[in-house]
Amino acid sequence: MAPILEIKNLYKSYAQTEILKDINVSIEKGDFLVLVGPSGCGKSTLLNCIAGLEPITGGTLSIAGQDMTNVSPKDRNIAMVFQSYALYPTMSVAKNITFGMQVRGVDKPTQERKLAEVAKQLQIEKLLNRKPSQLSGGQRQRVAMGRALVRDPALFLFDEPLSNLDAKLRVEMRTEIKRLHQDLHASMVYVTHDQIEAMTLATKIVVMKDGIIQQIGTPAEIYRQPANLFVADFMGSPAMNLIPAKAAADGNATRIEIARPGEAPLILTDRRGLSLPKDVIIGLRPEDITDPGSRQGDYLELADVHVDVVEPAGADTYVVSRLGGKEVTARLQAETDVRPGARAQFAFDLARASYFDPNSGVRLV
Amino acid sequence: MTDLSATQGAARPWGKIALRWGLYVLLGLFALYYLVPLFVMVTTSLKSLDEIRSGSLIALPRDVTFDAWAKAWSGACTGIQCEGLRPYFFNSIAMAIPAVMISTVIGAMNGYVVAQWKFRGANIIFSLLLFGCFIPFQVVLLPMAKMLGVLGMAGTIPGLIMVHVIYGIGFTTLFFRNYYVTIPVELVKAAKIDGAGFFRIFWSIFLPLSLPIIVVSVIWQFTQIWNDFLFGVSFSQAGTQPVTVALNNIVNSTTGVKEYNVDMAAAIIAALPTLLVYVVAGKYFIRGLTAGSVKG
Repeated sequence: MAPILEIKNLYKSYAQTEILKDINVSIEKGDFLVLVGPSGCGKSTLLNCIAGLEPITGGTLSIAGQDMTNVSPKDRNIAMVFQSYALYPTMSVAKNITFGMQVRGVDKPTQERKLAEVAKQLQIEKLLNRKPSQLSGGQRQRVAMGRALVRDPALFLFDEPLSNLDAKLRVEMRTEIKRLHQDLHASMVYVTHDQIEAMTLATKIVVMKDGIIQQIGTPAEIYRQPANLFVADFMGSPAMNLIPAKAAADGNATRIEIARPGEAPLILTDRRGLSLPKDVIIGLRPEDITDPGSRQGDYLELADVHVDVVEPAGADTYVVSRLGGKEVTARLQAETDVRPGARAQFAFDLARASYFDPNSGVRLV
Repeated sequence: MTDLSATQGAARPWGKIALRWGLYVLLGLFALYYLVPLFVMVTTSLKSLDEIRSGSLIALPRDVTFDAWAKAWSGACTGIQCEGLRPYFFNSIAMAIPAVMISTVIGAMNGYVVAQWKFRGANIIFSLLLFGCFIPFQVVLLPMAKMLGVLGMAGTIPGLIMVHVIYGIGFTTLFFRNYYVTIPVELVKAAKIDGAGFFRIFWSIFLPLSLPIIVVSVIWQFTQIWNDFLFGVSFSQAGTQPVTVALNNIVNSTTGVKEYNVDMAAAIIAALPTLLVYVVAGKYFIRGLTAGSVKG
């Protein structure tokens, strides 16, 4: 079966400025693709290009096997949910949802039936006669989703749909979108700058920066094997620790030497038999630097570290120390007795370690 | 401590009340000052000529008579004809209503395009339209006369309508553009994906939002067009003159005696429609000028 969305060598520029450079993405039916990146990375522009709201400068784009490169938005068989909801202010909720069908000349009974279905699905039956201005943020969001659902399109597009909601509601709606995706087996493309949203929702993540795709992969791949320093730093909270280090072959293993202020360097030994250049940046997630004894594994390395700051966060306690000229965050159990200013023994799980080239930023292993 | 707060509590309302009343008195004085001319006009128009000559300017009429009004409406002489203001009043209506409607519709379309369908050069075109607002009437008189002649519309009411529409488009475009600019672009995007086209989006989404700014545009245009004298006197001929020109002719063509009561009545009649429009729709005018943002 043809991919539901296939983008090949897409370029987009405004006058002289290139916004998107050589974008290649394809997703299968039922995929949940999340485009994530800092603001200005081109993710919303890419979504607008998929929707046909922005013409593309080069490349091709097909939806459900049909070439859509020069097709107008209304004929692309898509539906879109916007950050500002973009509800038509003078129309009632019911009118908002049925407007598309009305424009397309769908007959009244079908409109009524579909409206009722969607209203039930989103639990907005009681709101149908209200105007958008009489709705709360979360309700508006639901109506906006209803307008998309009623179309039953080949592809759903979401442009940062949750960023105008408060934190609690955002988590609720996130779960709701995920459930909707599972129930409908729908194909979705979702833009966000929130890496947690990306991780929780996606079956496939595209990380973008400056109009260039940095990495495409499943959430686990992106999280475990970031393709470069940017992805490593951007995805995950707290961010991955990226510590400059010196590597040296030591028989079958690799000796990793990390400078410390005012004391002997920290020596870790990676026994995975890697071959590394002399200068590297070692990447370790906070959860991979933890209490000794709380983790089992073949590649655990124990070391004493000077503790600077202790930040209890409820479920875990984050401990910050200085290694290799960087702040390094470790994630310990909540009831740890580590005190700031003291020394503590941490377990470094090198099975999970990533290595990057300090000059190019590219992942080595 | 308690004493202090008690005296303060007592003193403050008195100061406040005095201030409030002072304000009202001052405002009342200003209102009177501005209303004096209208008062003189109305009272003079209700007096007979004898009473005007013998009495004082600001005295109330002893015998109220509507003769002057009747004469101004249907008997006063504008040059050699003596039909009063009536035919010219209807000329003005026949000119102002279509001109207001056409210029408002075109302005709404222009504003919609310039604000929401950005195209290459949209800003330049908008700047040029805006520039049109600042061109003085006198500058366009000769070219406009030439153009009307070429089109065969010189001295006709449709000709006057066209002149007012052209001159008004700059203003109406400005009104609608500034109003539509505040409407989020995502609304158009959503409607495009819903399958609506250029006109459908305008008709179903933008026009229903536009009532406040339509009122602004209508009041502004109506006042401008109804009160216009220069275009009226330049581009009309006997029989197609608007009421402002006729008023001027009534006042200027005297047969010995100056009929102040008729002049005053004629002036009030000529001013009534704009007053009426403002009284009926004035509060929307203020609201439309200050509003502009649309709550999603």
